[in-house]
Amino acid sequence: MAVVEFQGATFEVDEDGFLQKFEDWTPAWVDFVKESEGIKEITEDHQKVIDFLQDYYKKNGIAPMVRILSKVTGFKLKQIYELFPSGPGKGACKMAGLPKPTGCV
Amino acid sequence: MAKHKTPLLDQLESGPWPSFVSDIKQEAAARAKNEKGVQYQVAVDCPDDLLGVLEMSFTDGETHWKHGGIVGVFGYGGGVIGRYCDQPQMFPGVAHFHTVRVAQPNGKWYSTEFLRSLMDIWDLRGSGLTNLHGATGDIVLLGTSTPQLEEIFWELTHNLNVDLGGSGSNLRTPASCMGMSRCQYACYDAQELCYNLTQEYQDELHRPAFPYKFKFKFDGCPNGCVAAIARSDLGFLGTFKDPIKINQEAVAAYVGGEIAPNAGAHAGRDWGKFDIQKEVVDLCPSKCISYEGGKLIMDHKECVRCMHCINTMPQALRIGDDRGVSIFCGAKAPILDGPQMGSLLVPFVEVNKDDDYQAIKDIVEAVWDWWMEEGKNRERIGETMKRLGFAALAEAAGVPIDARQVQEPRHNPYIFWKAEDVEGGWERDLAEFRKRHQR
Ligand code: HEM
Ligand code: HEM
Ligand code: SF4
Ligand code: SF4
Repeated sequence: MAVVEFQGATFEVDEDGFLQKFEDWTPAWVDFVKESEGIKEITEDHQKVIDFLQDYYKKNGIAPMVRILSKVTGFKLKQIYELFPSGPGKGACKMAGLPKPTGCV
Repeated sequence: MAKHKTPLLDQLESGPWPSFVSDIKQEAAARAKNEKGVQYQVAVDCPDDLLGVLEMSFTDGETHWKHGGIVGVFGYGGGVIGRYCDQPQMFPGVAHFHTVRVAQPNGKWYSTEFLRSLMDIWDLRGSGLTNLHGATGDIVLLGTSTPQLEEIFWELTHNLNVDLGGSGSNLRTPASCMGMSRCQYACYDAQELCYNLTQEYQDELHRPAFPYKFKFKFDGCPNGCVAAIARSDLGFLGTFKDPIKINQEAVAAYVGGEIAPNAGAHAGRDWGKFDIQKEVVDLCPSKCISYEGGKLIMDHKECVRCMHCINTMPQALRIGDDRGVSIFCGAKAPILDGPQMGSLLVPFVEVNKDDDYQAIKDIVEAVWDWWMEEGKNRERIGETMKRLGFAALAEAAGVPIDARQVQEPRHNPYIFWKAEDVEGGWERDLAEFRKRHQR
């Protein structure tokens, strides 16, 4: 597994650039990932999505369904893609430090 | 000179069927030679390493691809299936081996010009290996690296005017039979309807918003050449309401042996002289045909449009003129709760191009609204239908309940009633009851 260093912190990641351990997440991780996910500046809206994903994951042990993400944050899917160009899975979940989405993707 | 020894795979080069091993070796050799001077963007020996890793899997009986993989292009939530080899040092050419799904034209008609242009892109930016086509329908470009994904996407959209296919919890790439393009059985333009709905629902295809995957397939008639009833969450099957058209002269020609039954499909064996009684009349599942005095007679009210008689005597029997489509819902593979074929949801609906297929789109969207709200995480609509009941699906879809929606009525009496349909509702006072019935 690759290890990346950024702003003095180290992160263990897989080939797709997902954090290996949710506990390793720090705000620096978001800064590190944002460019590869096509994001210039982290806005309050980005943060709102990231915060919700993290809360939901801590409480439920899984990532929320897209529908729940939209309902709770109030962002339609279109807006989520405007914030995270590669979408809620590859974009937002990666930045929030959640495990890589699995299944028949 | 091959890069890896492949004694097991080499055995698959013998025999009459086109050998995938010989073909991959041919591509490996062509890349090594590079007669066109291509600036290969992924390892030149990618196909060699694919054979190498496959040989290893043949030897030890285990796959050598790591679990999963999340890659893609900006703007879309699917379309690319990421994949990494679990022996990247031994087979660096396939360390990254992502698959790109490309939207195919319906009926899969191509010009060589299009295919050549596509292969030019893929030779440069991919392994040179493909799958024509994936089971869902997509053109499958088999094996490239992450940095090439946006490059390929740019070239596909800007130079070939073609988009990616679907993957993930969304509308997957729809597919149709070749329909009216060269089949006299087609009851509607399956390619056109498929194309129209694919364009209409591009957002649903590229950005996963569903509880799970969802597929459309379009068969021009009940023969099911694209297997819509087994392989799509919503399957569209052409049919007709009026009588089958009978050409008695052609019937006589079949009986007289001038025309081969089933268009000669059984010519490989001597089945004896065509016997219309045995091969058509007696095999009609509705027993609604008779052949008397040299005339074929049909009671079309009893005909279930199974296609058997038409398939057997295509020159004598034709589909009717009052045509439309039946919609089936819920087909799926076994995981999780068992395999399902589509259940008849809408017996007949018009296929009207003039109003942009509004009647069909209304049903599709009503079904989605319901499933997107009620469907559990990774629950196919067939399973949602089982969990919440067919009646709930039909009600959500705005489809009236109809005897044709069941093969047989239920035999258990666990029947739910809505409170409003029962006189007095559910609010009952036990004390009232006790006035009439002592404890
Ligand atoms: C006039 C008297 C009764 C009537 C009209 C009646 C009617 C019914 C009906 C319609 C069912 C459902 C049948 C089915 O599931 O196919 C049923 C089930 C049952 N009844 Fe009665 N019943 C009567 C008396 C009784 C009595 C006195 C007992 C027991 C002492 C009884 C025990 C049961 C049991 C255990 C079942 C469940 C059977 C099952 O689910 O497989 N019933 N009854
Ligand atoms: C150790 C004792 C018992 C066992 C293991 C047992 C087990 C079961 C099982 C497995 C069912 C089927 C449930 C289903 O359909 O999913 C059932 C149904 C039923 N049992 Fe029992 N049972 C026992 C005792 C009793 C007794 C003592 C009575 C009545 C006095 C009774 C009345 C019924 C009735 C009425 C049903 C039908 C319920 C329905 O289908 O809605 N059982 N039982
Ligand atoms: S499904 Fe029917 S219409 Fe379509 S190609 Fe097959 S036979 Fe022809
Ligand atoms: S289509 Fe099928 S059911 Fe109808 S008349 Fe022909 S064989 Fe009988």
